[in-house]
Amino acid sequence: MTQKLIGVAPSRRAVLKGAGAGLLAAGFAAPVWAQAAPVKLGFQLHRTGIGAAYGRWYERTAQAALKVVNDAGGINGRPVEIVFEDDGTDPKRGAEVVEKLTSQHNCDLIFGPLFSHVVIGSAPRAGELKVPYLVCSEGFHVAGGMLNRWTMQPGITDVRAQVSSMAPWVLANLGKKVTMVFPDYAFGHDHRDFFTAAVEAGGGEVIAQIAVPPTETSFTRYLPQIPRETEVLYHVMVGPAVLTFVKELGEFYGTGAKPQIFGFIDSLEAVDIASPGLEFLEGTHFWEGHCRAQQADASEHEIAYRAAVGVDANGASVSDAKDVSTYAHMFSVWETLHIIKAGMEASRYQGTADRQKFVEAVEAMTDMPESLAHVQGDKVFNGKTHQVFGHQFISKVEGGKLVKVHTTSIEDSMYADAVDYTTQSF
Amino acid sequence: MTDGAKVWGLHLLVLAAVFAAQFLLPPYHATNLARIMVLAVFAMGYNIAFGYTGLLSLGHALFFAAGMYGMGLPVWHLEWVSVPALIAGLLAGGVMAGAVGVLALRTAGVSFMIVTLMFAQAGYLTLLYLNSWTGGDEGFVVASAARQAFGFSLATDTPRFTAAFVLFAAGLLACLWLVRSPFGRVMVAMRENEERSRMLGYDPFRVKLVALILSGLYAGLAGAAYGMLFGYVGASFATIQYSILPMLYVLLGGAGTVLGPFLGALLMFYLIDITSNYTDAYLFVVGAALVGLVLFAPKGILGTLRERAWRWLP
Repeated sequence: MTQKLIGVAPSRRAVLKGAGAGLLAAGFAAPVWAQAAPVKLGFQLHRTGIGAAYGRWYERTAQAALKVVNDAGGINGRPVEIVFEDDGTDPKRGAEVVEKLTSQHNCDLIFGPLFSHVVIGSAPRAGELKVPYLVCSEGFHVAGGMLNRWTMQPGITDVRAQVSSMAPWVLANLGKKVTMVFPDYAFGHDHRDFFTAAVEAGGGEVIAQIAVPPTETSFTRYLPQIPRETEVLYHVMVGPAVLTFVKELGEFYGTGAKPQIFGFIDSLEAVDIASPGLEFLEGTHFWEGHCRAQQADASEHEIAYRAAVGVDANGASVSDAKDVSTYAHMFSVWETLHIIKAGMEASRYQGTADRQKFVEAVEAMTDMPESLAHVQGDKVFNGKTHQVFGHQFISKVEGGKLVKVHTTSIEDSMYADAVDYTTQSF
Repeated sequence: MTDGAKVWGLHLLVLAAVFAAQFLLPPYHATNLARIMVLAVFAMGYNIAFGYTGLLSLGHALFFAAGMYGMGLPVWHLEWVSVPALIAGLLAGGVMAGAVGVLALRTAGVSFMIVTLMFAQAGYLTLLYLNSWTGGDEGFVVASAARQAFGFSLATDTPRFTAAFVLFAAGLLACLWLVRSPFGRVMVAMRENEERSRMLGYDPFRVKLVALILSGLYAGLAGAAYGMLFGYVGASFATIQYSILPMLYVLLGGAGTVLGPFLGALLMFYLIDITSNYTDAYLFVVGAALVGLVLFAPKGILGTLRERAWRWLP
């Protein structure tokens, strides 16, 4: 058998060099966080990959919450430390990270992931390992019943609740004829389905649903599909494309009449709302999970949280005004760590043998009043669906800043249970 | 000892060592080894196309995903269970490879790379578009009720390792038999000199198509097994990354060697796992290792070993 391996072009050398260079380009340096501690929490972190902008702020928030918890005496009188492991925002690596945090680092539990596909890819392994897995994902997959008894979402509301609770205010204040523009995959479809249902329930009408393929980089051919009688344009474009979308939307309407515009801040997390090209957003409305700009009625706890994480009144890092946070989501990490503390103390958690008791203690939680532990506001936890419900905010862009104009009630976001995890065995 | 005895002896020894490892390794590494064995099956399939037949594909993620969804969709929508679903995944990988091959094998070299890449990208986008059927970008969890085989739960450690080992051993021995068979030598002939092979009376299109289908069967089986054993089916497995990975495994271990894909998958997995303990720039380390490989061992580890010492290595 010959040992000359390939006779096709390009050569293996070229391929290797290309692959190596690609990986070299993809890598970047940052310090690793790992330490031993009596109570050891694993954090599944999107430090690299598509979720890196979120991951950076999630890590920063976790560190701030950790300091607050330890300064207050830790958990059950024991100091707490967090082991961060990067999952590359990839479901395959995510499951491996769950394994590593549990079996190799011997963490008591795991928390922190945001992206839905990583959560769904990792949760089965958490269930098999019987390790509590507290996600900060805002996906409906927890309350939807897809996951397992060990997976919970006590720190942030899910997209179904968010979308449903927005509808009554949108219909009452912006208009009843809605056109939706959304990316043509699961995230966009959740918005399409839940918002459409909520609009119809509220007496409004979704007159057009414009699904944009995820590969599109220009939207000019979709904009003429917006019906002339549209009163509200609802958009949830995500990623870098949102800048193009907003710019082209501005060019499309020009200085003429335009509908009211309502969007989700997910599109612009970690992006300065006053960036060039986003001028068209002036006067439009956004959902915010937590108000990025410090509001006039901010609670003392919210102000303390903002200072602890190192975020200024505009929502950017105190050390770099251009480093805008993922403020609408990252409170979930802070609140989840405080729920871990409460759950471990309620269950008198001693070690990994008490993991089941911890899950049962969290399932028993209900009301979560606004406090330093719940800086975003009051919440109600549903132990059956493992999902928390809370207030949502609608903000208006005024002078390049997001100013809160409405706070939804918790009841507005609630829906019938789709699952009862407490009936599942451990 | 004859070369044949050495070959079978070495491969059976490796299989015995891998099987024994589950009793010797801590649970974390035993589960990792189960993952690596499944990924090695994928890489073995890639090696049949690339290492032995010279087909440099950038579309194998499509065949892996075809197997994963070929297994997962019947489980989700039709409530199929483990063995029939795995067979469906195996066949889906082969059928997909055949369909792509009929079209893509009209091209060669760089064109073949581009065409396979485009098919894979089309497959990935199809998974996103058919969200209500496929779960879109989020994917879906494989029901635990379906992850039962012969009275054992594939969600538990020992049955999962055993299942991964059985697939790995079958894949390895079948690959060894294939490359030592007359057809395997024709595959190598295609790689080395397609025109001369044609002059000798072989039909390059047919040989390459069969090799690609075999490669797709391996990839499909690996995709189905990965979804079944680890409980998740998702579109991220259809992205370009999963076309590049088996290529890297094969290049690292040694293209055109039967054990190379396993060795490459093993080393690459732990290169990432260990370096990620020390730096977030683990992909930088992987890249540096590959550049080092280009400079000092361009035929991969086992390819170099074969060149310098074990000339009998298949």
